[in-house]
Amino acid sequence: MIPTSHYLYLSLALFIIGVVGVLTRRNIIIILMCIELILNAVNINLVAFSHLFGGVAGEVFAIFIITDAAAEAAVGLGIILAFFRNRETVLADEMDLLKW
Amino acid sequence: MPVSYFLDHIWLIPLFPLAGAALMLLFGRRLPNPVVSTVCVGSVLLSFIYALGASLALIGLPPESRVIEKILFQWIPGGAYHTAAGSLGHFVADWGFRFDPLSVVMVLIVTGVGSLIHLYSIGYMGHEGGYYRFFGYMNLFMFSMLMLILANNLLLMFVGWEGVGTCSYLLIGFYFHRKSAGDAGKKAFIVNRIGDGGFLLGLFLISMTLGTIRFDEFPAALAAGHFVTGASVLTAATLLLFVGAMGKSAQIPLYVWLPDAMEGPTPVSALIHAATMVTAGVYMVVRNNALFQLAPFTTGVIAVIGAMTALFAATIALVQNDIKKVLAYSTISQLGYMFLACGVGAFTAGIFHVMTHAFFKALLFLGAGSVIHAMSGEQDMRKMGGLAKKVPITYATMLAATLAIAGIPPLAGFFSKDKILSHAFGYNRALWFVGWLTAGLTAFYMFRLLFLTFHGKSHVSHEAEHHLHESPPAMTGPLVILAVLSIGGGWIGLGGRFDRFLQPVVHFVPAAAEAAASPLTEYILMAASVLAGIAGIAVAWHLHLRDPEMSDRMANRSGWLYRMLFHKYYVDELYDAVFVNRTKDLANTLAAFDSTVIDGAGVNGSAWLVRAISRISIWWDTWIVDGSVRFGSRFVWLLSFPVRMLQSGLLQGYLLLMVCGILGLFGYYLYLFRH
Repeated sequence: MIPTSHYLYLSLALFIIGVVGVLTRRNIIIILMCIELILNAVNINLVAFSHLFGGVAGEVFAIFIITDAAAEAAVGLGIILAFFRNRETVLADEMDLLKW
Repeated sequence: MPVSYFLDHIWLIPLFPLAGAALMLLFGRRLPNPVVSTVCVGSVLLSFIYALGASLALIGLPPESRVIEKILFQWIPGGAYHTAAGSLGHFVADWGFRFDPLSVVMVLIVTGVGSLIHLYSIGYMGHEGGYYRFFGYMNLFMFSMLMLILANNLLLMFVGWEGVGTCSYLLIGFYFHRKSAGDAGKKAFIVNRIGDGGFLLGLFLISMTLGTIRFDEFPAALAAGHFVTGASVLTAATLLLFVGAMGKSAQIPLYVWLPDAMEGPTPVSALIHAATMVTAGVYMVVRNNALFQLAPFTTGVIAVIGAMTALFAATIALVQNDIKKVLAYSTISQLGYMFLACGVGAFTAGIFHVMTHAFFKALLFLGAGSVIHAMSGEQDMRKMGGLAKKVPITYATMLAATLAIAGIPPLAGFFSKDKILSHAFGYNRALWFVGWLTAGLTAFYMFRLLFLTFHGKSHVSHEAEHHLHESPPAMTGPLVILAVLSIGGGWIGLGGRFDRFLQPVVHFVPAAAEAAASPLTEYILMAASVLAGIAGIAVAWHLHLRDPEMSDRMANRSGWLYRMLFHKYYVDELYDAVFVNRTKDLANTLAAFDSTVIDGAGVNGSAWLVRAISRISIWWDTWIVDGSVRFGSRFVWLLSFPVRMLQSGLLQGYLLLMVCGILGLFGYYLYLFRH
């Protein structure tokens, strides 16, 4: 069997890539994709532990998260589209309307 | 016993005139003249009847028990205190009446002569305005004078004392639309007040020394205090009381008000300034004779001042042309005689002269009023003359009064004046000489008055001549009665009856009596007085009837002397310069001080100060109070800077912070659960 820790490392790596991507990338769509990456990393983690301990709780929760991620992506894209129609930009550092 | 009714009701005697005065001053304006006359003259007549009844009742009592004390109500309850000598005193003043032989004499004079003058006034003031006011004030005066006489303690006497002074002011200034009348009233009251200050101080001193102010307690208090004759505290107290008498009875130096008081109607001059008020000082001295007899220095002062005043006033009367002024100075002079009597210890002689003087001086004033009435208001004797046939009753009565005042026997004035002079002779020859000289002068100027007014060539103006008529019976009636009294009034003193009657009051000092007891000396002195009187009459006749121009020639030749006498030794001018104008200066200075300093610095200054303070307050409010508010807000704004920067609006910035936070918490928990 594949040891659980491999799955956890994979999840961690994906998570870190995702976080760094959210913090670093300019393009807001890329930031959205990185958020998806974070969510999926969490999914892998959940499933790994669910396999380790038996039971279906982790897997069910992972399905919840996938649903949630889908909805979130739809809403997020909607916001980005609306913003783009107003400001003609997809770059995060130009979206500072809420600054002081 | 019905006769004791009058003695029990002596408190009614002052009450009748008080009721009359109250009625007049409340309703008088609406009452017709006859009602006013009935009420006011009736009230005084009632008082006279009660006084007569009380006097007869008192005389009916045996001599040792001729003292009635009646207390109407407790006025000042007072408290106990320690006198200067350490004994216990009580300052108690009741509204109490004392009736003894001295009261008998005084009350009969005041009510008797008072009623006659009130009767006379009906005719004299009949066509004057303010009729009710005149009688109201006159009745108020009678009330005050009767309270003065009948009081049983010094404080109640002072109430009457002040009352007569006030009424004197009101009556002198009766013709108030004349400035001179108002000024005269003020002068009288102010000079009187100076005397009253002395009276009050004397009252206080007596109260502190003897522990009482009731007349009946003085002899006991004096004995208990072991006061030696000539004790300085008694001398001081009696001198102060005499200052009061100087003001009230017009002695030097407080006599200046009496000549000016002639501004008032003639009945006022007769009643107040001849018969009653001015004798209050003499009465006060005699009432307190127990004190005065223990203060020989004071009585010496009284005698000297009395004699000086008598002579001084007589010299001024020699050259006056206004009939009333002559009588005014004559009054001052005769008052001097009364004080001379008291000063040499002859208190009964002083009171005797009060009585006879009341008769003939009231008659003289009322007669002068009759003359003035006949002359349509003319008072200058140089414009009269030859009136004897025109106003016969007035002339006859005035002749009687003039003979009386000149001391011609057997009229009243001779007896009283002679008694005074013989006692003075026993005390001090110089004082007797002054009195004797004054007697001669008195005879001279009084007959000068008579001759100029009634005899000789008539200098009456044509207009006045038409109205020349004898006065109505309402006026001549009292004249006749007073003439009878002036003629026979002195006989009551024959045989020492008068002295014996007053003996219990006066603690007659036998030594003074012995001194003039030698019959030969008595007769020589009597002859000397009569001679002086006759000489005065003779000189007056010579200068005014025999050779009418002679008096004018003499006046011109003795230029400065005549001017000095005519201008009353310039005493009024002296008082004006020294006292009156200095007081006015002080008043003006204080007024200037008030308007510049008090109004300027005080009022305006404090306004300026308030405005200055308000400016400071404004600055404080604008810069400090508002400033702290603004500073508070600016401080928060400054604080906000670093924090504001956190809100960059950049999503990734916020996320970074969030991740750092999570890592921090993560690390913290790792550290906590490291094993």
